[in-house]
Amino acid sequence: MNEQDRKLFLPETMPFILLRLTMILVFLAVVYIFYDIVKKGFGVISFEFITAPPRSGMTAGGIMPAILGTIYVTFITALAGMPVGFFAAIYLNEYAKRNLLTRIIRLSIRNLAGVPSMVYGMFGVALFVHSLSFGTSILSAGLTLGLLTLPVIITTAEEALKSVPDAYREGALALGASKWHSIRTNVIPSAFPGILTGMILGLSRATGETAPILFTGAAFFLPRLPTSIDSQFMALPYHLFIMATQHHAVEKVRPLAYGTAVVLVTVVLAMNFAAIVLRAYYRRKLRG
Amino acid sequence: MENKKELAMRLFFLLNGLLAIIVLGGIFYLLLSNSLMAWREVGIVPFFAGLIWRPSGFEAASFGILTLVAGTLLVTAGAAVVAIPVGIACAVYLAEVASPLEREVMKPVVELLAGVPSVVIGFFGLVVLNPLLARLFDIPNGLTALNGSLLLALMSLPTIISISEDALTAVPREYKEASLALGANRWQTVKSVILPAAFSGVSAAVMLGIGRAIGETMTVVMATGNALQFPSGFLSSIRTMTATIAIEMGEVPFNSTHYYALFAVGFVLFAMTFVLSLLADIFLHKAGEVAKR
Repeated sequence: MNEQDRKLFLPETMPFILLRLTMILVFLAVVYIFYDIVKKGFGVISFEFITAPPRSGMTAGGIMPAILGTIYVTFITALAGMPVGFFAAIYLNEYAKRNLLTRIIRLSIRNLAGVPSMVYGMFGVALFVHSLSFGTSILSAGLTLGLLTLPVIITTAEEALKSVPDAYREGALALGASKWHSIRTNVIPSAFPGILTGMILGLSRATGETAPILFTGAAFFLPRLPTSIDSQFMALPYHLFIMATQHHAVEKVRPLAYGTAVVLVTVVLAMNFAAIVLRAYYRRKLRG
Repeated sequence: MENKKELAMRLFFLLNGLLAIIVLGGIFYLLLSNSLMAWREVGIVPFFAGLIWRPSGFEAASFGILTLVAGTLLVTAGAAVVAIPVGIACAVYLAEVASPLEREVMKPVVELLAGVPSVVIGFFGLVVLNPLLARLFDIPNGLTALNGSLLLALMSLPTIISISEDALTAVPREYKEASLALGANRWQTVKSVILPAAFSGVSAAVMLGIGRAIGETMTVVMATGNALQFPSGFLSSIRTMTATIAIEMGEVPFNSTHYYALFAVGFVLFAMTFVLSLLADIFLHKAGEVAKR
């Protein structure tokens, strides 16, 4: 260390070292969580674990019904959340004027993003399960999760629409196309990958949620697979919750819980990863 | 003809946009209408000032929310104490210190953390932090407020880090250059120029991070033990508002006092996060004005 370095060490270098150490600590914490779950859960994963239903009072067997239930619910969530979110984003970016109504819509979206998932669950219970008499079902849970994904989908879809240059719109309008025609043929196609990214991110969040489905349709254990959207269902996040805390022999089924956690994290992160890759590819294409 | 179609499309999209207001209004209405029933049956003062939450049992039922509010506030305060300094430090690091390579490695990890389902984080608290804290503090089990606070801190970090980092990078470069040109070193510049200039944005990040922690359910259900007692410190088991709803909503008869009381708890929770969202909004608005200047 020369004289100059020594002088700067305490006032400048030292704080920066502390910042770096903090970041590294967070980094290690995250890595350790993944390491612990994969280390203890990976060995449990087998063909049977993925494709078989639970056996012997859920102390053995697989998690196929939970995987299937999660897929069904996510499908309903997609049907409920994606079109509405997409259309709302089109309104905000293409049609909305700068007025009070627009401000209130935007404020509502930002507030919806902050509503606790448990409150979405209560809303689902009061509205879908009771008032609309959908009962505890795939439909009720899917619709509840659909509402939860709206803020994510709207915000990201709007970003994507915003990144389409105005020249695209004006070009079509100058050729005599109507506004909707220009949006349909010029704006949406070029914003589509970005919109899709937002939809996948929204769905991945819904896939991992537990609180909203607790009382809207998720079941502890079902001997049969769901047959329609009126059926209750098993779901991966809820299955992990009961295997970890509610099962009559929690210690004994811990490996199964770890296995479930690995599958859940893999599914959710694979969706996130797909969204990130799509976004990166799209950005490069726009620049190229 | 063409004009009618245009108008129809505009109205159609407007309707979808309005849905955001309708959903938020609907949540507010359903929570409030059920809460009003609770306050009518329980009484406003016993509900808000009552210490005892005892939905059933040999003694008379009692629905006082204070214990639950205290549980939520304690675990959230613990999370804030950890997450605010750590989150801001990470954001400053990513925005001002890290080399491009370090950023490429660290940022995706933070984004990865944001994607991990809360039930998985809760599971981690249950199987890893729980025995660790028990051994560390020599207590019978580690399902405590501290456990929940640490997990919630971790979960609010991605929000705090990414929004703070945006605020820090939005500070005009001239500020930094002027400070360095005046002879301030890089840390002085960060501390006395960049952070104050990004104050609004960083505050918004903190509000949103805390909002996430207050509303988190599965993590606290799995990691804090859920004992119905007034919290006596970070090493005691606590019961949050969210956990109470998650635990009791399943068995409660529809339209009973207990059912209404749970909605009233939900309403208080909603009100808290609503205020935090509004505060974040105000801060973000201010931050936007600073960036424009």
